Amino acid sequence: MAEPTVRLRTERLSALYGSQAAVKGVTLAFPVHTVTAVIGPSGCGKSTFLRCLNRLHELSSGGLVRGSVFLDDRDIYATDANPVAIRRRVGMVFQQPNPFPTMSIYKNVAAGLSVNGRLTRTETDAAVERALRSAALWDEVKDRLQASPLGLSGGQQQRLCIARTIAPAPDVLLLDEPTSALDPIATQSIEELVQELKREFTVVIVTHNMQQAARVSDFTAFFYLGELVEHDVTTKVFTAPAEARTEAYVTGRFG
Amino acid sequence: MANVRAVGWGDTAFRVILTVFAATIPLLFVALVARLTVSAWPTIRAFGFRFLTTSTWDPVANVYGAAPMIFGTLFSALIALLLAVPLAIGVAIFLTEFAPRPLRGPVGTLVELLAAIPSVVYGLWGIFVLIPLLRAYVVPPLATLLGWTPLFSGTFYGNSMLAAGIILAVMILPYISSVSREVLAAVPSSQREAALALGATRWEAVWSAVLPYARSGVVGAVILGLGRALGETMAVVMVVGNRHDLSVSLLEPGTTMAAVIANEFNEAAGLQRAALFEVGLVLFGVTVAVNAFARILVWRVARGSAVGSRAI
Amino acid sequence: MISRVVRRRVASHVMTGLTVVAAILALLPLFAIFADLILRGASSLNWDFFVKNPAAAGDTGGGVANAIVGTLIIVGVGSAIGLPVGIGAGVYLAEYGGGRFGTVVRFLADVLTGTPSVIVGIFVWMFVVRPMGHFSALAGAVALAILMIPMVSRTTEEMVRLVPHSLREAALALGFPRWRASAYVVVRAAWPGIVTGALVAVARIAGETAPLLFTALGNMNFRTNVMQPMQTLSLQIYVFATGPFEEWHRLAWGAALVLMGIVLIFGLGARFVTRTRFRDG
Repeated sequence: MAEPTVRLRTERLSALYGSQAAVKGVTLAFPVHTVTAVIGPSGCGKSTFLRCLNRLHELSSGGLVRGSVFLDDRDIYATDANPVAIRRRVGMVFQQPNPFPTMSIYKNVAAGLSVNGRLTRTETDAAVERALRSAALWDEVKDRLQASPLGLSGGQQQRLCIARTIAPAPDVLLLDEPTSALDPIATQSIEELVQELKREFTVVIVTHNMQQAARVSDFTAFFYLGELVEHDVTTKVFTAPAEARTEAYVTGRFG
Repeated sequence: MANVRAVGWGDTAFRVILTVFAATIPLLFVALVARLTVSAWPTIRAFGFRFLTTSTWDPVANVYGAAPMIFGTLFSALIALLLAVPLAIGVAIFLTEFAPRPLRGPVGTLVELLAAIPSVVYGLWGIFVLIPLLRAYVVPPLATLLGWTPLFSGTFYGNSMLAAGIILAVMILPYISSVSREVLAAVPSSQREAALALGATRWEAVWSAVLPYARSGVVGAVILGLGRALGETMAVVMVVGNRHDLSVSLLEPGTTMAAVIANEFNEAAGLQRAALFEVGLVLFGVTVAVNAFARILVWRVARGSAVGSRAI
Repeated sequence: MISRVVRRRVASHVMTGLTVVAAILALLPLFAIFADLILRGASSLNWDFFVKNPAAAGDTGGGVANAIVGTLIIVGVGSAIGLPVGIGAGVYLAEYGGGRFGTVVRFLADVLTGTPSVIVGIFVWMFVVRPMGHFSALAGAVALAILMIPMVSRTTEEMVRLVPHSLREAALALGFPRWRASAYVVVRAAWPGIVTGALVAVARIAGETAPLLFTALGNMNFRTNVMQPMQTLSLQIYVFATGPFEEWHRLAWGAALVLMGIVLIFGLGARFVTRTRFRDG
């Protein structure tokens, strides 16, 4: 059976805080092995949208979701859907690196593995090494896997969080402004990593940095005031946008 | 995290177990009230309201009145507050406003150390150090100068309301001081700066800008101290003299509710024991009311955080 | 003619000085008590003091071995009961305590923390000693546990609340079920603070006397059976201090010094836990 081209898509997805709509009726598909950037001015709902994709939005106070999100053609918001199981297939990396402070580097990466069932020691070792290599962190930490993650730099901690997220082999990777708390060099290493990661995963990255979106993504979705304004191949969005609002944003007329 | 649905038995079991643990607290409270009331019932029925107003405490004739204890509790607490509050607030102001920064931690810790000393050790010190000191240096001048007043009349044998009041003052000082410190520290520094910018002296800034802002919290701290003083047992029972007499003289012995329970419970039986339970019920009621009131005041300033729980 | 400004400035200095005086006056009893503990108590501290039981009334010598062991046993059993319940209640308050039940529990915990311990003593007498028919260390431990639970629940709640939200989110995003995110990530992260609160509570109850008067009762002999009356340092101090013998008074100071030492060890241990954890990261 040929691999499907789209594993994650939304259909008329809306997200509310109480009665206030932060995301309004967004229909969007994420092709496999691509990076889709979600851009827009602050307050446009891009982070909220992202958090709907792994059912984190509903955990916020007053968080409500309408519409559907289809993962492999199954609506993750169906009444019989299990949010915990869904979050194992859709991983998320956050803006501030947040390694678990009471666990070693090794245990951090392995954290997501234990919830999926028991693995032997060798299997876990292999999975941890694989994840750390994919996150381009293995060489730097292989000699101190038992050390605390808090001794790592910001960029290294973020890569650790990425390793932690990809270790259980999710299908989709959601990155919520993963470099906004990092210095330029660390940012660059993460951006290179994202290009590598798309070989294995479907990646959605929220960023307020347009240049980053242009560098890193294949497709770009521009959000404004909760609505999806334009979604197209990245080069087209940045060089020849169809919508006036898109053009105004990417040319820096407002931010 | 209001909306996380329980999914699977793990979540439910976790929540149920924790709920059971948490439920022990209201359960304890209810059990305490119920148990005290039930055990006190014989005397409640026998004496009714007179229990609170009469002074006879006669195990032989089985007549009990708790007025001396209630009076003693309130009187000793009042003395303690009069002595401790100015000092405690002074210390709190010193530590939050005037003390040089490197001193604040150590001095604050030392004051809090007063709270770590067990009550029985205070009692020990009271018997062998404070009372001799009072007898030798403090009471003679007081008695000669003020012996004509009811407050200082009578003979001083050592064990007295004065000794109890002083010890209580030392014991409640750290509580009042540490809660006041937290409350004062919570006042935004912009308040003080605004006053200073208007030309106030350092003290005036504290008096007119910082203290009023923290006023209800400081009052709460004082009332928390009061709650402590009302319930202190060992130090009091060791220095107050345990005499069932209602006297307004500081120099005479007296008794308090907590002290009389500690003193007589093990030997009591029948109606006397019920009387002691009723004393306990009254004491419990008073401390609950005082503590509840204090907590509400402190919560209002410190926005519901567990201010003072650590100290207390 | 002193100008108004100068007068105000002087007043400010005077008031500042008064607060310094307040601090000094407040610390005087502290230094006095500690000085007395050391000066009067140190003379009792010899080998016999720690390994012998009290001598017959009026005789010299003897020690407080039974009281030291008794304190450790009763405090240990009391903590074994009180700490898990208190910590569990605290975690409940932090994780699920937003509703009305949580508010009630929190309020009553604060109120119970201020309850005189002597009342808890007579309460446990009714519930444990009476049915059992005799005094026991176990009853004493129960009384101490009841004192600990409200205290520990509030400090635990505070510590768990301090854990940043992002940690919980990271765990949930990995597919942790709610309870695992709480237990394995959030509570784990708060653990050093929880331990600190627990040690502070243990230090508090180690010094308690009143509730033990009617539960553990005390015992001049060496006992380790929790079903029997047992002596603690606090009870021993009370008996010795209020007794008629000079020798007893001397021993009381020694016992008080030891008790203060135990309390300080737990208190310092609490601070040590916080400090090393923070250094590790």
